[in-house]
Amino acid sequence: MEWSRVFSFRRFGAIVAKEFVQMRRDRVTFAIMVAIPIVQMVVFGYAINSDPKHLPTAVVSADHSPFSRTLVAAMQNSGYFRVVNAAATETEAAMLLEEGEVQFVLNIPEDFGRRLVRGDRPALLLTADATDPAATSNALGASRLLVEAALARDLSGPLAHLRSSPPPVSLILHPSYNPEGITQYNIVPGLMGVVLTMTLVIITGLAITRERERGTMENLLATPVKPFEVMMGKIIPYILVGYLQMGLIILAGRYLFKVPMIGHLGLLLLVSLLFIAANLGVGLTFSTLARNQLQAVQMAFFFFLPSILLSGFMFPFRGMPVWAQTIGEVLPLTHFLRIVRGILLKGNGLRQILPNLWPIALFLLVALTIGLTRYRRTLD
Amino acid sequence: MTPSEPIIDVRELTKAFGNNIAVNRLSLRVRPGEIYGFLGPNGSGKTTFIRMLCGLLRPDSGEGTCLGYDLFKEAERIRLQSGYLAQRFSLYEDLSVRENLRFMARIYRLPTVKETVDETMERLGLGRFADQLAGTLSGGWKQRLALAACLLHKPRLLLLDEPTAGVDPKARRDFWDQIYHLTAEGVTALISTHYMDEAERCHRVAYLAYGHLLTSGTAAEVIRGAGLFTWTVTGENVHRLSDELKGRDGVLQVVPFGHTLHVSGRDPDLLAAALSGLDPTRFRCEEGEAGLEDVFISLMQNPGGD
Repeated sequence: MEWSRVFSFRRFGAIVAKEFVQMRRDRVTFAIMVAIPIVQMVVFGYAINSDPKHLPTAVVSADHSPFSRTLVAAMQNSGYFRVVNAAATETEAAMLLEEGEVQFVLNIPEDFGRRLVRGDRPALLLTADATDPAATSNALGASRLLVEAALARDLSGPLAHLRSSPPPVSLILHPSYNPEGITQYNIVPGLMGVVLTMTLVIITGLAITRERERGTMENLLATPVKPFEVMMGKIIPYILVGYLQMGLIILAGRYLFKVPMIGHLGLLLLVSLLFIAANLGVGLTFSTLARNQLQAVQMAFFFFLPSILLSGFMFPFRGMPVWAQTIGEVLPLTHFLRIVRGILLKGNGLRQILPNLWPIALFLLVALTIGLTRYRRTLD
Repeated sequence: MTPSEPIIDVRELTKAFGNNIAVNRLSLRVRPGEIYGFLGPNGSGKTTFIRMLCGLLRPDSGEGTCLGYDLFKEAERIRLQSGYLAQRFSLYEDLSVRENLRFMARIYRLPTVKETVDETMERLGLGRFADQLAGTLSGGWKQRLALAACLLHKPRLLLLDEPTAGVDPKARRDFWDQIYHLTAEGVTALISTHYMDEAERCHRVAYLAYGHLLTSGTAAEVIRGAGLFTWTVTGENVHRLSDELKGRDGVLQVVPFGHTLHVSGRDPDLLAAALSGLDPTRFRCEEGEAGLEDVFISLMQNPGGD
């Protein structure tokens, strides 16, 4: 009896029951509460793999001995390398690496086989695109043993003496773009895309939902203002916000993290417009779907989660299974990350980033079309 | 457009949301310079009708003009010459009074933003709140700011959706003073309200229920048209009589007003007979006149009408 003055189970029960009823009423929130753990489980459980294998590799070979063939076959068999171009020229290989089409280039010098037999310890060059050190470190680590083991089988009979140490070839590893394997070089430029995605989708998601939730949209719609004017008027300020964020990250990257920025910053700022607009388009679409601000934030989060996990920001893109890579390819962040890393770390120009530019443009077009049609419909 | 032509002239206007017909074949005329009251229970279609007039909603069928412009084809022009005050405060709470007004003035592309805003604030006495955030104003002042915002572009028609809901009596009276001033200058006002005293202030009223227009005209016309006879009964604990009287022949409705009951019926003789049995030492019965409220309550209870 006395206890009820302090704590009453009936009062407490009433609150609990009410909370469940409200939870059930807000379908979107409920759906997201259920969906987020499922998405996370699937993504974490199946898609993420911190030991990426089958990394695309180009081989530039000036040697036609059986040893070269043995080497290439052994690399394939190791599972780490997947030779996509077995007879590339120097320029082709360099371009593939710049564009991010291949992760590794193996250079086999002229007379490799003959010099190996002679005991000259010929050099092999394995160049890696090490912008994301996590993607390449395991493969690079395995490569030395791999090469020795592969040749050991061929060096038999009269050549057996070459198997003894020092190793018969000298494997030179060249992790280019980020030779020291500094994670920040990869993370800081990547953060630019992540921050833009997170804030811009949420902010635009809220911008229109807020007008509707507070009732100010009704007033606005009764005035002569046109939907397109409202839309543009709302988007432009946030584009500027996006650029402000980029500026801050570039400054921090440069002066706090000493990230090398060898590409053209102007180009980066220019192509970012497309990425910023794509995110605003997503936010806009969400704001026409969400009934209140909470739902808009949840939708933004639901978009953000796969963006951060499947884009190659947190985990190496090539480590993921094909289905996860396919989802990743749709997301603008995936392509923007490649562009930012390409321009800042590899010094890419417009030509090299083009393959990653049009998917963002396509995404923007689809998002804006959905957003605008949905927005028009909400007038009635 | 000649002065005698109606400001609002709609015929058979219909709007449905899914299966719910919000406004059902509504025809209405509003003359220039009049205050037209719009009454009816919640959900009767008042807001939907007003939204159709200002172009927020597109009618499903029907035809009509507002300010001489076609409702379907010239919504743009109607918007430019009408001011809509939504039921809910719909200006920006995080902008100051002046910022809100300046914003609206620019949306309407007024040539002299600063002067118009200052003038309007002056007129409505908002000057001392100019730099206060709209969200911190009291209900009455918020409403006045909202009115100011829809007066900036000097509209010829005001569409006011329950403008005085939740506003104190003093602020309500001030609000009506403003409306009278405006109509004296030639502005026409369509006002929806739940307050009977406000209904009586209107030049003409219309009563809506379930999307149907049940009656319209001046207060006197509406009362006369209802064919309702009303007696007042006073006395000690008169409310206890209520249920008993309701059951009697000839009694259509019993409505308590403070210490009196308004007993109404359609047949004066039956009604008189029904009341004749009351103990004259305890209760006093007088033949009175039906008021708007009696009429509206009877409309609300018998929306099908006869």
